[in-house]
Amino acid sequence: MTLVLPESLRDVEAVTRVATPARLEYDFTAGRATTTFLRGILEHKILGEACPICHKVYVPSRGACPSHGVPTSEIVELAGPGVLVSYCVVNVAFHGSVMELPYVGGLIQLEGADMFLMHLIQEASPDEVRIGQWVEPVWRDDADLEATLESIRYFRPLDRPDATVDEAGHVVSWGPATRGGAA
Amino acid sequence: MLRAPLVIEYPFERTTGPVVGAFLTGLRERILVGITGADGRVIVPPIEYDPVTAEDLTELVEVGPGGVVTACAWVARPDARQPLDHPFAWALIRLDGADTAMVHVVDAGSPDRIAVGTRVTPRWRDERVGAIGDIECFVIEETS
Ligand SMILES: [Zn+2]
Repeated sequence: MTLVLPESLRDVEAVTRVATPARLEYDFTAGRATTTFLRGILEHKILGEACPICHKVYVPSRGACPSHGVPTSEIVELAGPGVLVSYCVVNVAFHGSVMELPYVGGLIQLEGADMFLMHLIQEASPDEVRIGQWVEPVWRDDADLEATLESIRYFRPLDRPDATVDEAGHVVSWGPATRGGAA
Repeated sequence: MLRAPLVIEYPFERTTGPVVGAFLTGLRERILVGITGADGRVIVPPIEYDPVTAEDLTELVEVGPGGVVTACAWVARPDARQPLDHPFAWALIRLDGADTAMVHVVDAGSPDRIAVGTRVTPRWRDERVGAIGDIECFVIEETS
């Protein structure tokens, strides 16, 4: 197919691409459980919630145990350190990215928790990062804490023998001694 | 309960293909183009295939810049996402030399100044990028 252009458009550079951004504006209500978690963050605390039936600790809790369908009514404060159960080394920039490449995103199971938190892993070169590694949160200064997970700037390696993670993304069993975050 | 604004933006960019590309190139150059259909009718904005016979369409022609309103709707209270910050009309505009109408904005001032049959002409932006917004809006053609 050969296009016949009007005279006036024959000697100008053709447009071949067009920006069509989509923008969605929400007014987000955190809900009871997330509000509890974020108010904890303002006080330099990581608060999980436990199921009254299976005693699994969710952090951040969505408010109910997905296995038992009951409210996670018991608030459990976690100490902070956790185990890297999976991670990803990001080598490619994306639109809006502010991180210097390469960097590591990690799935962290906080000690005493039964689910994972996704966060940045820093102060470690990507080739030293490994599954089973212990990491700890690095917080902003207290004066700069806000009701956002970004109040934890990142997690960094902790000098502690690696935990056993049978499989990437597999839940570590803490046993009763460590339940509730006692290290 | 905590509440916060949450904005999700996707920075999509599309390839235009040669026909829509020519229309957008025209906008950047302050030239409006349509395409000649199999039956000789001029379709604006131009499309790639004939709506009746489905054959490739290839002959782009200049139209406008003026045109006539064939339908309109008055927006009394525009919100922040709309193209003008004061009341305006959305209108179907059949550009001179075209046989179909396209949607655009008419900055008519008040609803009693625009109706089917009103003649309008584009107001171009100074900075044009090859997008439909290169026409800031249409305005009512001055009759002398
Ligand atoms: Zn449960």
